[in-house]
Amino acid sequence: MSSGQFDFSLAIGGAAGQGIATPGNILARMFTRRGLSVNAYNAYQSIVRGGHIFLTIRISNKPIYTHGDSLNMLVCLNQDTMDRHSGLMKSGDCIIFDNDKITPGKMAKGVQLCSLPIKELSNKSRNKVIQNTIALGVITHLVGLEFDVLENSLKLQFGRKGDLVIMENSAAALAGHQFSQENFKAYSEPLPTGPKPLALWTGNEAMAMGGAAAGVKFYSAYPMSPATGVLHWMANNARELGIMVRQAEDEIAVANMVIGAAHVGARAMCATSGGGFALMTETIGSAAMMEIPAVFINVQRAGPSTGVPTKTEQGDLWQVLGASQGDFERLIVAPTDALDSFNIIPELFNLCDQHQCPGIVISDLLIAEGTSSADPDDLNFKPEIDRGEIITDDEPNGEYLRYKVTDSGISPRALPGLAGHVHVVATDEHDQDGVLISDEYTNPHKRRRMVEKRARKIANIADKIKAPALEGATNAEVTLIGWGSTYGVIKEAIEQLAEKGVKANHLPIRWIVPFHSTQVIEIVESAKRTILIENNYSGQFYRYLRSETGLSIDGHIRKYDGEPFMPHHIVDAVLEQLAGKTNHSVPVQEIMV
Amino acid sequence: MDGINTRKLVFEPQKANDFKGKVDPDWCAGCGDFGVLNSLRKTCLDLGLKPHEILTVSGIGCSSNFPGFFNSYGMHTLHGRALAVATGAKMANHELNVFVTGGDGDGYGIGGNHFTHTARRNVDLTYIVMDNEIYGLTTGQLSPTSSLNMKTKSSPHGSVEFPFNPITSAIMNGATFVARGFSSDTKHLSMLMKQAIQHKGFSLISIFSPCITFNHDNDVAFFKPRIKKLEDGHHDTGDWKSACEKAMLWGDTIYTGLFHHVKDRPALHEAEPILEKGGGISSRSLGLNDEQANRIINRMM
Repeated sequence: MSSGQFDFSLAIGGAAGQGIATPGNILARMFTRRGLSVNAYNAYQSIVRGGHIFLTIRISNKPIYTHGDSLNMLVCLNQDTMDRHSGLMKSGDCIIFDNDKITPGKMAKGVQLCSLPIKELSNKSRNKVIQNTIALGVITHLVGLEFDVLENSLKLQFGRKGDLVIMENSAAALAGHQFSQENFKAYSEPLPTGPKPLALWTGNEAMAMGGAAAGVKFYSAYPMSPATGVLHWMANNARELGIMVRQAEDEIAVANMVIGAAHVGARAMCATSGGGFALMTETIGSAAMMEIPAVFINVQRAGPSTGVPTKTEQGDLWQVLGASQGDFERLIVAPTDALDSFNIIPELFNLCDQHQCPGIVISDLLIAEGTSSADPDDLNFKPEIDRGEIITDDEPNGEYLRYKVTDSGISPRALPGLAGHVHVVATDEHDQDGVLISDEYTNPHKRRRMVEKRARKIANIADKIKAPALEGATNAEVTLIGWGSTYGVIKEAIEQLAEKGVKANHLPIRWIVPFHSTQVIEIVESAKRTILIENNYSGQFYRYLRSETGLSIDGHIRKYDGEPFMPHHIVDAVLEQLAGKTNHSVPVQEIMV
Repeated sequence: MDGINTRKLVFEPQKANDFKGKVDPDWCAGCGDFGVLNSLRKTCLDLGLKPHEILTVSGIGCSSNFPGFFNSYGMHTLHGRALAVATGAKMANHELNVFVTGGDGDGYGIGGNHFTHTARRNVDLTYIVMDNEIYGLTTGQLSPTSSLNMKTKSSPHGSVEFPFNPITSAIMNGATFVARGFSSDTKHLSMLMKQAIQHKGFSLISIFSPCITFNHDNDVAFFKPRIKKLEDGHHDTGDWKSACEKAMLWGDTIYTGLFHHVKDRPALHEAEPILEKGGGISSRSLGLNDEQANRIINRMM
């Protein structure tokens, strides 16, 4: 816990099926209801039972952007967790475990061992996950949460399961709480209280809510980690919000259903990960050709191929840039955190509707499945909605041209169902009236005119979108550049660097297409030294940056082991690069084996 | 030269030809697809449908050029994807009459997965397949419905693959209206189309529509003596086993007509509670009200 800021992290480790999610959720909500910031990351595996699951929950009275660098409390639900992680614990930290089943591992001096006689405390309950509730009782005592707060949370969590379940859990929690009071030493630093209760969400939920706020009426998906959270939120809220949710047979169907729904006028969206996105790509090109606005989300996981389904990476940038054959108009944006994921969806829908083109969101597992707190007052569920130019004229003259050549390149849409504006849209090249010209020998001038018409739509779109800007100190010794989900970890790394006397600032990139080359060139050229940070091996964003700007970057920090950056990874790498040791750092993920 | 030499569309059709699209078909003279197009135009006139209330969706192939030749809203989408696009369109505006037109390669080959699932979902659309048992636009290769031993450019020694049967497949996948037509018998086709359009749910009319250029095995002369209409004999459209047996025949007798009809299964849009009232979702107001927003926030607290 650093000075002035309450900063506490706890981790729960066990096998899949041991029920880590429920106590994790109960804990996180107790803290956010108290007004504390929470950031949680669950390192999990693509299995339903077994393996190793490790949930880290960080709590603070200040805004936090990552799951942090170190742990203060470790809850071991199995021996494996003890063996892998006990060595990470420092003096003053504590380890909670079931002494009937688990023996303590190696650890530093001064670590408080909180061994629990689970069998005795559980009153010989047959409930296999009752040890988790007992642990909750212990954790709340150790961090300084009153028991009635936990009891209320248990009621909220298990309310639907009936009184018996609530009573059993309350009794187990109380047993744990009292045992801890009698046997263990609570943390001396009191648990602060924030000014108001905070909300809790994942990035996937944020994107789904952003869609709902934007007026999405059609959502389709094929389940794929780590994007399935969007589908779950949409499915749960569909009836209440009047959203048509369809689970399709594959991602090709998903994308094409979206196109069909969007063409008749619904705001339509879908989300997947890289493998599913690969199947959607031809359709994205067809949306551009038919000039149908729709939003496609790619939540990246580590690839290629099936890759590492439950791990994070920023490895799909070129896939997204190259999605679909041909030269065409589309927008690509990489949100930086959950709140940005929420806000970007309505903004992107407006731009897509105005310019009649597909929009792509490139997120990743870290922010999409990561859990964080949000200030409910920051959530604008009534964003501006601009559908672009849509004809509603009911006195048509029969001269409607769907792809009318205009100065802006934008041709007003008429939606199917409107009398007198009947037309055909085609994935083949077509003329202003939609009639195919694709391979007529006499039509090269028409083809050129249509290519240029579509291109004009987004020629100056960068001017309508907020350009990237430097954050932090001017005149910094080093400028750290990142895109998308590295926003938070770079921000915290810069704070830590300042404590070490290194003045660094931050150039975060959100918009990939359009790319604000002029502004980025100006910032990078005036920086003393630049380091580009990416969660991939080959420096995908670096290649894109060079292709758009011709710029060179002084140093690189890359991580491609499946786990996200932690702030100290970046701090250590920046320090070694400033010391002249290297210009290419690959931080090592600390896991005890 | 930049003259847009296309036809002005008719708003209120009074005759079948008023359902002509902006341009005339680019099909080969003698193509079976002409019979299908003419039948649909006549059927729409007979049913009193208005062009702006219809959305015709197609994929890619000779027969998928159909929407351009027909007076209705149209989408000429990607190869094999018409049914998925049409599903999205229908579910977003279920007040539209949705037709899907295409060929055997588009629908039964590359689009086979969507065929299966659109049938079982019982999406209320009329799927008109012009089956010529060949790939025409790519100049004559095997299609999923090409007969065993058929010689094509991609099977010069004869096909060794058993052909796909659209009728039995559709029945097995839960389609609620399954019919087969023949492009030369436009009167029968119009009768089937009329029933299919009026049917609430997924309706398939798989039509033998011979390719005059690339399939000389299954031409009009092949079909004419073999085709027998189910309507001319006794066939119970509720008996799926008998329907499948008759659909499997491929010798001296090949049946056309309505094989299978299920009248009591709700179409997908009828089964969706959010469509019970309020019209198509595409025309509903966007955004959330305070109550909805507050409920969402409360669940996050």
